Amino acid sequence: MEFLRPATWEEALAVKAQHPSAVPIAGGTDVMVDLNFDRHRPDALLDLNRIHELHTWQIADDDTVRLGASVPYSKIIDALPDRLPGLALGARTVGSPQIRNRGSVGGNLGGASPAGDAHPPLLASGATVEAASVRGTRLIPIDDFYLGVKRNALEPDELIRAIHIPSATGPQQFAKVGTRNAMVIAVCSFAVALHPRARDVRTGIGSAAPTPRRASEAEAFIRAELDDTGLWTSAGELPLSTAKRFGELVARAAAPIDDVRGSAAYRRHALAVMARRTLLWTWNDHRATGRAAA
Amino acid sequence: MRETLGLTGPKKGCDLGQCGACTVLVDGRRITSCLTFALMHGGREVTTIEGLGGDPEGDLHPVQQAFVDHDAFQCGFCTPGQIMSAVALLAEGHAGDDDEIREWMSGNLCRCAAYPNIVAAITAAAGR
Ligand SMILES: Cc1cc2nc3c(=O)[nH]c(=O)nc-3n(C[C@H](O)[C@H](O)[C@H](O)COP(=O)(O)OP(=O)(O)OC[C@H]3O[C@@H](n4cnc5c(N)ncnc54)[C@H](O)[C@@H]3O)c2cc1C
Ligand code: FES
Ligand code: FES
Repeated sequence: MEFLRPATWEEALAVKAQHPSAVPIAGGTDVMVDLNFDRHRPDALLDLNRIHELHTWQIADDDTVRLGASVPYSKIIDALPDRLPGLALGARTVGSPQIRNRGSVGGNLGGASPAGDAHPPLLASGATVEAASVRGTRLIPIDDFYLGVKRNALEPDELIRAIHIPSATGPQQFAKVGTRNAMVIAVCSFAVALHPRARDVRTGIGSAAPTPRRASEAEAFIRAELDDTGLWTSAGELPLSTAKRFGELVARAAAPIDDVRGSAAYRRHALAVMARRTLLWTWNDHRATGRAAA
Repeated sequence: MRETLGLTGPKKGCDLGQCGACTVLVDGRRITSCLTFALMHGGREVTTIEGLGGDPEGDLHPVQQAFVDHDAFQCGFCTPGQIMSAVALLAEGHAGDDDEIREWMSGNLCRCAAYPNIVAAITAAAGR
Protein backbone atom coordinates (compact mmCIF):
# COMPACT_ATOMS: atom_id res chain seq x y z
CA MET A 1 0.00 0.00 0.00
CA GLU A 2 1.38 3.36 -1.03
CA PHE A 3 1.18 6.25 1.46
CA LEU A 4 0.99 9.55 -0.40
CA ARG A 5 1.74 12.65 1.66
CA PRO A 6 1.17 15.86 -0.28
CA ALA A 7 2.43 18.98 1.52
CA THR A 8 0.07 21.44 -0.14
CA TRP A 9 -3.52 21.52 -1.37
CA GLU A 10 -2.43 21.94 -5.00
CA GLU A 11 -0.19 18.91 -4.66
CA ALA A 12 -3.04 16.92 -3.10
CA LEU A 13 -5.29 17.68 -6.07
CA ALA A 14 -2.52 16.71 -8.51
CA VAL A 15 -1.92 13.44 -6.65
CA LYS A 16 -5.66 12.66 -6.60
CA ALA A 17 -5.83 13.29 -10.35
CA GLN A 18 -2.93 10.87 -10.91
CA HIS A 19 -4.28 8.26 -8.46
CA PRO A 20 -8.08 8.54 -8.54
CA SER A 21 -8.38 5.28 -6.57
CA ALA A 22 -6.25 6.61 -3.68
CA VAL A 23 -8.36 6.82 -0.51
CA PRO A 24 -8.09 10.19 1.25
CA ILE A 25 -7.43 9.99 4.99
CA ALA A 26 -8.21 12.97 7.25
CA GLY A 27 -8.98 12.10 10.90
CA GLY A 28 -8.86 8.44 9.94
CA THR A 29 -11.69 7.45 12.29
CA ASP A 30 -13.56 5.69 9.47
CA VAL A 31 -10.68 4.75 7.16
CA MET A 32 -8.50 3.15 9.86
CA VAL A 33 -11.28 0.89 11.14
CA ASP A 34 -11.62 -0.57 7.64
CA LEU A 35 -7.84 -1.01 7.40
CA ASN A 36 -7.44 -2.56 10.86
CA PHE A 37 -10.11 -5.13 10.07
CA ASP A 38 -8.96 -5.73 6.50
CA ARG A 39 -12.37 -4.79 5.17
CA HIS A 40 -10.79 -2.70 2.49
CA ARG A 41 -7.15 -2.45 1.52
CA PRO A 42 -6.72 0.34 -1.03
CA ASP A 43 -3.59 0.42 -3.19
CA ALA A 44 -2.89 3.94 -1.97
CA LEU A 45 -3.80 6.25 0.92
CA LEU A 46 -3.78 10.00 0.40
CA ASP A 47 -2.88 11.63 3.72
CA LEU A 48 -4.43 15.09 4.07
CA ASN A 49 -2.92 15.81 7.49
CA ARG A 50 -0.10 18.04 6.27
CA ILE A 51 -2.46 20.46 4.56
CA HIS A 52 -2.86 23.21 7.08
CA GLU A 53 -5.76 25.11 5.50
CA LEU A 54 -8.08 22.10 5.79
CA HIS A 55 -7.93 22.64 9.57
CA THR A 56 -8.96 26.30 9.42
CA TRP A 57 -12.20 28.21 8.84
CA GLN A 58 -13.12 31.64 7.58
CA ILE A 59 -16.22 33.81 7.96
CA ALA A 60 -17.37 35.46 4.72
CA ASP A 61 -18.94 38.93 4.52
CA ASP A 62 -22.41 37.39 4.34
CA ASP A 63 -21.67 35.47 7.59
CA THR A 64 -21.27 32.12 5.87
CA VAL A 65 -18.74 29.89 7.61
CA ARG A 66 -16.28 28.24 5.23
CA LEU A 67 -15.34 25.25 7.36
CA GLY A 68 -12.15 23.44 6.33
CA ALA A 69 -12.86 19.78 5.56
CA SER A 70 -10.58 18.43 8.32
CA VAL A 71 -11.59 20.71 11.22
CA PRO A 72 -12.26 18.22 14.03
CA TYR A 73 -15.61 18.10 15.83
CA SER A 74 -14.05 19.27 19.10
CA LYS A 75 -13.02 22.57 17.43
CA ILE A 76 -16.53 23.08 16.07
CA ILE A 77 -17.97 22.52 19.55
CA ASP A 78 -15.50 24.92 21.19
CA ALA A 79 -15.21 27.67 18.59
CA LEU A 80 -18.40 27.73 16.51
CA PRO A 81 -21.39 26.87 18.75
CA ASP A 82 -23.00 30.30 18.23
CA ARG A 83 -22.68 30.41 14.47
CA LEU A 84 -23.34 26.72 13.88
CA PRO A 85 -25.46 25.59 16.85
CA GLY A 86 -27.10 22.64 15.05
CA LEU A 87 -23.81 21.24 13.79
CA ALA A 88 -22.17 21.79 17.19
CA LEU A 89 -25.00 19.86 18.89
CA GLY A 90 -24.61 17.02 16.40
CA ALA A 91 -20.83 17.08 16.85
CA ARG A 92 -21.22 16.72 20.63
CA THR A 93 -22.89 13.35 20.13
CA VAL A 94 -20.15 11.90 17.91
CA GLY A 95 -18.25 8.97 19.43
CA SER A 96 -16.10 10.06 22.35
CA PRO A 97 -13.74 12.93 23.17
CA GLN A 98 -10.90 11.04 21.46
CA ILE A 99 -12.94 10.49 18.29
CA ARG A 100 -14.13 14.12 18.27
CA ASN A 101 -10.50 15.30 18.42
CA ARG A 102 -9.86 13.59 15.06
CA GLY A 103 -13.15 13.06 13.22
CA SER A 104 -14.20 15.78 10.78
CA VAL A 105 -17.17 16.94 8.74
CA GLY A 106 -15.18 16.35 5.54
CA GLY A 107 -14.71 12.73 6.62
CA ASN A 108 -18.40 12.38 7.50
CA LEU A 109 -19.29 13.66 4.01
CA GLY A 110 -16.63 11.51 2.34
CA GLY A 111 -18.08 8.40 3.99
CA ALA A 112 -21.68 9.56 3.38
CA SER A 113 -23.08 7.04 5.86
CA PRO A 114 -26.82 7.60 6.34
CA ALA A 115 -26.09 7.59 10.10
CA GLY A 116 -23.45 10.36 10.03
CA ASP A 117 -24.32 12.98 12.63
CA ALA A 118 -23.15 15.99 10.63
CA HIS A 119 -25.63 15.36 7.83
CA PRO A 120 -28.98 16.37 9.40
CA PRO A 121 -27.67 19.75 10.65
CA LEU A 122 -26.00 20.43 7.29
CA LEU A 123 -29.31 19.74 5.52
CA ALA A 124 -31.22 21.94 7.97
CA SER A 125 -28.71 24.80 7.57
CA GLY A 126 -28.67 24.68 3.78
CA ALA A 127 -24.93 23.99 3.50
CA THR A 128 -22.87 23.74 0.31
CA VAL A 129 -19.94 21.40 -0.29
CA GLU A 130 -16.87 22.94 -1.92
CA ALA A 131 -15.36 20.18 -4.05
CA ALA A 132 -12.12 20.72 -5.95
CA SER A 133 -9.96 18.95 -8.50
CA VAL A 134 -7.23 19.97 -10.92
CA ARG A 135 -10.14 20.78 -13.26
CA GLY A 136 -11.46 23.48 -10.93
CA THR A 137 -13.84 24.03 -8.03
CA ARG A 138 -17.56 23.35 -7.81
CA LEU A 139 -20.10 24.13 -5.13
CA ILE A 140 -22.48 21.24 -4.53
CA PRO A 141 -25.71 22.07 -2.66
CA ILE A 142 -26.07 19.63 0.24
CA ASP A 143 -29.46 18.54 -1.14
CA ASP A 144 -27.63 17.12 -4.20
CA PHE A 145 -24.65 15.64 -2.35
CA TYR A 146 -25.97 12.31 -1.01
CA LEU A 147 -26.62 9.83 -3.82
CA GLY A 148 -27.11 6.50 -2.05
CA VAL A 149 -25.93 4.41 0.90
CA LYS A 150 -22.33 5.59 1.41
CA ARG A 151 -22.31 7.21 -2.04
CA ASN A 152 -21.83 10.90 -2.65
CA ALA A 153 -21.60 13.29 -5.59
CA LEU A 154 -17.78 13.56 -5.62
CA GLU A 155 -15.97 12.62 -8.84
CA PRO A 156 -13.00 10.23 -8.48
CA ASP A 157 -10.50 13.07 -8.90
CA GLU A 158 -12.24 15.42 -6.47
CA LEU A 159 -11.53 16.26 -2.84
CA ILE A 160 -13.62 18.24 -0.40
CA ARG A 161 -11.89 21.51 0.38
CA ALA A 162 -14.52 23.01 2.71
CA ILE A 163 -18.16 23.11 3.69
CA HIS A 164 -19.98 26.44 3.43
CA ILE A 165 -22.57 26.80 6.18
CA PRO A 166 -24.67 29.93 6.69
CA SER A 167 -24.39 31.26 10.26
CA ALA A 168 -27.59 30.61 12.19
CA THR A 169 -30.16 33.40 12.11
CA GLY A 170 -32.46 31.53 14.49
CA PRO A 171 -32.53 28.61 16.91
CA GLN A 172 -31.39 25.16 15.74
CA GLN A 173 -31.73 21.75 17.34
CA PHE A 174 -30.42 18.22 16.89
CA ALA A 175 -31.74 15.02 18.45
CA LYS A 176 -30.42 11.49 18.19
CA VAL A 177 -31.68 8.15 19.46
CA GLY A 178 -29.14 5.55 20.52
CA THR A 179 -28.74 2.79 23.02
CA ARG A 180 -26.70 4.97 25.34
CA ASN A 181 -25.44 8.50 25.69
CA ALA A 182 -21.95 8.19 24.24
CA MET A 183 -20.12 6.21 21.60
CA VAL A 184 -23.22 5.24 19.73
CA ILE A 185 -24.20 5.21 16.10
CA ALA A 186 -27.60 6.80 15.57
CA VAL A 187 -30.68 4.58 15.44
CA CYS A 188 -32.18 7.67 13.89
CA SER A 189 -31.60 11.40 14.21
CA PHE A 190 -33.24 14.68 13.35
CA ALA A 191 -32.22 18.32 12.96
CA VAL A 192 -34.35 21.42 12.59
CA ALA A 193 -33.34 25.02 11.93
CA LEU A 194 -35.54 28.11 12.07
CA HIS A 195 -34.61 30.82 9.58
CA PRO A 196 -36.69 33.77 10.83
CA ARG A 197 -35.33 36.27 8.29
CA ALA A 198 -36.36 34.05 5.39
CA ARG A 199 -39.42 32.89 7.35
CA ASP A 200 -38.30 29.37 6.63
CA VAL A 201 -37.92 26.13 8.56
CA ARG A 202 -35.54 23.42 7.32
CA THR A 203 -35.02 19.87 8.48
CA GLY A 204 -32.65 16.94 8.18
CA ILE A 205 -33.35 13.25 8.87
CA GLY A 206 -30.52 10.81 9.66
CA SER A 207 -30.31 7.03 9.68
CA ALA A 208 -33.87 6.48 8.48
CA ALA A 209 -33.48 6.27 4.69
CA PRO A 210 -30.74 5.20 2.23
CA THR A 211 -29.37 8.75 2.47
CA PRO A 212 -29.74 11.64 4.87
CA ARG A 213 -32.69 13.65 3.58
CA ARG A 214 -34.98 16.59 4.27
CA ALA A 215 -38.62 16.26 5.24
CA SER A 216 -39.93 18.52 2.48
CA GLU A 217 -43.63 18.03 3.11
CA ALA A 218 -43.20 18.77 6.81
CA GLU A 219 -41.23 21.91 5.94
CA ALA A 220 -43.93 23.11 3.53
CA PHE A 221 -46.60 22.42 6.14
CA ILE A 222 -44.95 24.37 8.93
CA ARG A 223 -43.95 27.20 6.61
CA ALA A 224 -47.58 27.65 5.50
CA GLU A 225 -48.88 27.21 9.03
CA LEU A 226 -46.57 29.89 10.48
CA ASP A 227 -47.45 32.28 7.62
CA ASP A 228 -51.22 31.70 7.71
CA THR A 229 -51.49 32.15 11.46
CA GLY A 230 -49.19 35.19 11.51
CA LEU A 231 -46.97 33.50 14.08
CA TRP A 232 -43.68 34.86 12.69
CA THR A 233 -45.00 38.36 13.38
CA SER A 234 -46.87 37.74 16.62
CA ALA A 235 -44.25 35.31 18.00
CA GLY A 236 -47.17 33.59 19.66
CA GLU A 237 -47.32 30.12 21.09
CA LEU A 238 -47.08 27.23 18.64
CA PRO A 239 -50.10 24.94 19.08
CA LEU A 240 -49.19 21.41 20.16
CA SER A 241 -51.44 20.04 17.40
CA THR A 242 -49.28 21.83 14.81
CA ALA A 243 -46.08 20.42 16.27
CA LYS A 244 -47.65 16.95 16.32
CA ARG A 245 -48.70 17.20 12.69
CA PHE A 246 -45.17 18.35 11.82
CA GLY A 247 -43.81 15.28 13.62
CA GLU A 248 -46.12 12.96 11.68
CA LEU A 249 -45.05 14.47 8.38
CA VAL A 250 -41.37 14.11 9.31
CA ALA A 251 -41.96 10.43 10.10
CA ARG A 252 -43.70 10.04 6.74
CA ALA A 253 -40.69 11.50 4.94
CA ALA A 254 -38.45 8.71 6.22
CA ALA A 255 -37.94 5.38 4.48
CA PRO A 256 -36.42 3.35 7.30
CA ILE A 257 -35.51 -0.33 7.38
CA ASP A 258 -35.52 -2.97 10.10
CA ASP A 259 -31.95 -3.69 11.21
CA VAL A 260 -29.95 -4.65 14.29
CA ARG A 261 -30.23 -1.15 15.68
CA GLY A 262 -33.99 -0.80 15.47
CA SER A 263 -37.15 -1.54 13.53
CA ALA A 264 -38.57 0.67 10.82
CA ALA A 265 -41.70 1.24 12.92
CA TYR A 266 -39.64 2.30 15.93
CA ARG A 267 -37.59 4.70 13.81
CA ARG A 268 -40.75 6.33 12.42
CA HIS A 269 -42.19 6.69 15.90
CA ALA A 270 -38.96 8.13 17.32
CA LEU A 271 -38.66 10.60 14.44
CA ALA A 272 -42.17 11.91 15.05
CA VAL A 273 -41.37 12.44 18.73
CA MET A 274 -37.98 14.08 18.07
CA ALA A 275 -39.43 16.35 15.39
CA ARG A 276 -42.32 17.46 17.58
CA ARG A 277 -40.06 18.20 20.54
CA THR A 278 -37.26 19.93 18.67
CA LEU A 279 -39.71 22.12 16.77
CA LEU A 280 -41.29 23.24 20.04
CA TRP A 281 -37.87 23.85 21.63
CA THR A 282 -36.67 25.97 18.73
CA TRP A 283 -39.94 27.88 18.50
CA ASN A 284 -39.93 28.61 22.22
CA ASP A 285 -36.29 29.75 21.99
CA HIS A 286 -37.23 31.97 19.10
CA ARG A 287 -40.06 33.53 21.09
CA ALA A 288 -37.80 34.07 24.10
CA THR A 289 -35.03 35.76 22.08
CA GLY A 290 -37.65 37.85 20.22
CA ARG A 291 -39.02 39.09 23.54
CA ALA A 292 -35.53 39.77 24.86
CA ALA A 293 -34.70 41.82 21.76
CA ALA A 294 -37.99 43.76 21.82
CA MET B 1 4.83 2.45 19.22
CA ARG B 2 4.48 -0.96 20.84
CA GLU B 3 6.52 -3.03 18.43
CA THR B 4 9.12 -0.62 17.07
CA LEU B 5 9.66 1.75 20.00
CA GLY B 6 8.89 -0.79 22.72
CA LEU B 7 6.38 1.57 24.33
CA THR B 8 3.89 -1.00 25.55
CA GLY B 9 1.93 1.38 27.78
CA PRO B 10 -0.68 2.12 25.11
CA LYS B 11 -2.69 -1.12 24.82
CA LYS B 12 -4.34 -2.70 21.85
CA GLY B 13 -7.87 -3.36 23.05
CA CYS B 14 -10.44 -3.17 20.30
CA ASP B 15 -8.53 -1.65 17.35
CA LEU B 16 -11.83 0.12 16.59
CA GLY B 17 -11.54 3.40 18.45
CA GLN B 18 -14.14 2.31 20.99
CA CYS B 19 -12.30 1.21 24.13
CA GLY B 20 -9.71 3.97 24.62
CA ALA B 21 -6.99 1.60 25.91
CA CYS B 22 -4.63 2.98 23.26
CA THR B 23 -5.18 6.67 24.16
CA VAL B 24 -2.16 8.98 23.74
CA LEU B 25 -1.79 12.75 23.60
CA VAL B 26 -0.81 14.47 20.37
CA ASP B 27 0.21 18.06 21.06
CA GLY B 28 -1.71 17.69 24.32
CA ARG B 29 -4.96 16.45 22.74
CA ARG B 30 -6.18 12.91 23.42
CA ILE B 31 -6.69 10.57 20.50
CA THR B 32 -6.97 6.81 20.04
CA SER B 33 -3.64 5.71 18.62
CA CYS B 34 -5.16 2.60 16.98
CA LEU B 35 -6.84 4.87 14.42
CA THR B 36 -3.78 6.75 13.28
CA PHE B 37 -0.40 6.22 11.63
CA ALA B 38 2.59 7.92 13.28
CA LEU B 39 3.42 9.19 9.81
CA MET B 40 0.30 11.38 9.91
CA HIS B 41 1.73 13.35 12.86
CA GLY B 42 5.15 14.46 11.66
CA GLY B 43 6.51 17.34 13.75
CA ARG B 44 3.95 16.87 16.53
CA GLU B 45 4.63 15.83 20.12
CA VAL B 46 3.22 12.43 21.07
CA THR B 47 2.95 11.62 24.79
CA THR B 48 2.35 8.07 26.01
CA ILE B 49 1.94 6.96 29.62
CA GLU B 50 5.69 6.26 29.67
CA GLY B 51 6.50 9.95 29.22
CA LEU B 52 3.81 11.37 31.44
CA GLY B 53 5.77 11.65 34.68
CA GLY B 54 8.85 13.06 32.96
CA ASP B 55 11.80 11.30 34.61
CA PRO B 56 11.08 7.52 34.58
CA GLU B 57 12.99 7.18 37.88
CA GLY B 58 11.24 10.17 39.43
CA ASP B 59 7.82 10.74 40.98
CA LEU B 60 4.60 9.65 39.39
CA HIS B 61 2.45 12.20 37.57
CA PRO B 62 -0.27 13.47 39.98
CA VAL B 63 -2.99 11.64 38.02
CA GLN B 64 -1.00 8.39 38.16
CA GLN B 65 -0.59 8.88 41.91
CA ALA B 66 -4.32 9.57 42.29
CA PHE B 67 -5.14 6.31 40.47
CA VAL B 68 -2.85 4.43 42.90
CA ASP B 69 -4.27 6.21 45.94
CA HIS B 70 -7.88 5.51 44.94
CA ASP B 71 -7.34 1.95 43.72
CA ALA B 72 -8.75 3.00 40.33
CA PHE B 73 -8.05 -0.29 38.55
CA GLN B 74 -8.20 -4.02 38.92
CA CYS B 75 -6.41 -5.83 36.06
CA GLY B 76 -4.83 -2.56 34.88
CA PHE B 77 -5.22 -3.17 31.15
CA CYS B 78 -7.32 -0.05 30.54
CA THR B 79 -5.35 2.07 33.00
CA PRO B 80 -2.73 3.73 30.76
CA GLY B 81 -5.54 4.87 28.45
CA GLN B 82 -7.71 5.97 31.38
CA ILE B 83 -4.87 8.04 32.82
CA MET B 84 -3.96 9.69 29.49
CA SER B 85 -7.61 10.51 28.93
CA ALA B 86 -7.97 11.85 32.48
CA VAL B 87 -4.93 14.11 32.05
CA ALA B 88 -6.51 15.59 28.91
CA LEU B 89 -9.92 15.87 30.60
CA LEU B 90 -8.37 17.94 33.41
CA ALA B 91 -6.58 20.18 30.92
CA GLU B 92 -9.86 20.68 29.02
CA GLY B 93 -11.59 21.72 32.25
CA HIS B 94 -14.19 18.95 32.25
CA ALA B 95 -13.91 17.82 35.88
CA GLY B 96 -16.70 20.04 37.25
CA ASP B 97 -18.69 17.23 38.87
CA ASP B 98 -19.00 13.45 38.77
CA ASP B 99 -21.49 13.48 35.89
CA GLU B 100 -19.25 15.68 33.80
CA ILE B 101 -16.27 13.42 34.51
CA ARG B 102 -18.28 10.33 33.52
CA GLU B 103 -19.44 11.93 30.29
CA TRP B 104 -15.97 13.12 29.30
CA MET B 105 -14.41 9.74 30.17
CA SER B 106 -16.93 7.99 27.93
CA GLY B 107 -14.22 7.08 25.41
CA ASN B 108 -12.50 4.77 27.92
CA LEU B 109 -14.02 1.44 28.84
CA CYS B 110 -13.04 -0.66 31.85
CA ARG B 111 -14.06 -4.28 31.70
CA CYS B 112 -13.25 -4.63 35.42
CA ALA B 113 -15.74 -1.80 36.01
CA ALA B 114 -13.44 0.24 38.24
CA TYR B 115 -15.48 3.27 37.22
CA PRO B 116 -16.42 4.57 40.71
CA ASN B 117 -12.77 4.63 41.76
CA ILE B 118 -11.66 6.14 38.44
CA VAL B 119 -14.12 9.00 38.99
CA ALA B 120 -12.86 9.37 42.58
CA ALA B 121 -9.23 9.48 41.41
CA ILE B 122 -9.95 12.15 38.79
CA THR B 123 -11.96 14.16 41.31
CA ALA B 124 -9.00 14.08 43.69
CA ALA B 125 -6.54 15.00 40.94
CA ALA B 126 -8.77 17.95 40.10
CA GLY B 127 -8.30 19.13 43.70
CA ARG B 128 -11.96 18.79 44.69
C1 LIG C 1 -15.48 4.69 17.94
C2 LIG C 1 -16.11 5.50 16.84
C3 LIG C 1 -17.30 6.16 17.09
C4 LIG C 1 -17.90 6.90 16.07
N1 LIG C 1 -19.07 7.56 16.37
C5 LIG C 1 -19.67 8.29 15.40
C6 LIG C 1 -20.86 9.01 15.70
O1 LIG C 1 -21.38 8.98 16.82
N2 LIG C 1 -21.41 9.75 14.69
C7 LIG C 1 -20.86 9.82 13.46
O2 LIG C 1 -21.40 10.51 12.60
N3 LIG C 1 -19.74 9.15 13.15
C8 LIG C 1 -19.13 8.40 14.09
N4 LIG C 1 -17.98 7.70 13.79
C9 LIG C 1 -17.48 7.73 12.42
C10 LIG C 1 -16.44 8.83 12.13
O3 LIG C 1 -15.82 9.28 13.31
C11 LIG C 1 -17.07 10.02 11.41
O4 LIG C 1 -17.68 9.60 10.21
C12 LIG C 1 -16.06 11.13 11.11
O5 LIG C 1 -16.76 12.27 10.69
C13 LIG C 1 -15.05 10.74 10.04
O6 LIG C 1 -14.13 11.80 9.89
P1 LIG C 1 -12.57 11.54 9.66
O7 LIG C 1 -11.92 12.84 9.43
O8 LIG C 1 -12.02 10.69 10.73
O9 LIG C 1 -12.67 10.69 8.29
P2 LIG C 1 -11.66 9.66 7.62
O10 LIG C 1 -11.76 8.33 8.27
O11 LIG C 1 -10.32 10.26 7.45
O12 LIG C 1 -12.38 9.58 6.18
C14 LIG C 1 -13.72 9.13 6.05
C15 LIG C 1 -14.10 9.07 4.57
O13 LIG C 1 -14.07 10.35 3.99
C16 LIG C 1 -13.10 10.44 2.95
N5 LIG C 1 -12.49 11.77 3.08
C17 LIG C 1 -11.91 12.32 4.17
N6 LIG C 1 -11.54 13.60 3.92
C18 LIG C 1 -11.92 13.87 2.63
C19 LIG C 1 -11.80 15.02 1.78
N7 LIG C 1 -11.26 16.18 2.21
N8 LIG C 1 -12.29 14.92 0.52
C20 LIG C 1 -12.85 13.77 0.07
N9 LIG C 1 -12.99 12.66 0.83
C21 LIG C 1 -12.53 12.70 2.10
C22 LIG C 1 -12.17 9.27 3.20
O14 LIG C 1 -11.55 8.82 2.02
C23 LIG C 1 -13.13 8.23 3.74
O15 LIG C 1 -13.87 7.63 2.71
C24 LIG C 1 -17.33 6.96 14.78
C25 LIG C 1 -16.13 6.31 14.54
C26 LIG C 1 -15.50 5.57 15.56
C27 LIG C 1 -14.21 4.88 15.28
S1 FES D 1 -7.55 -0.11 20.86
FE1 FES D 1 -7.77 1.92 20.26
S2 FES D 1 -9.68 2.43 21.08
FE2 FES D 1 -9.58 0.33 21.52
S1 FES E 1 -8.87 -2.32 35.30
FE1 FES E 1 -9.29 -4.06 34.11
S2 FES E 1 -10.15 -3.19 32.33
FE2 FES E 1 -10.02 -1.51 33.65
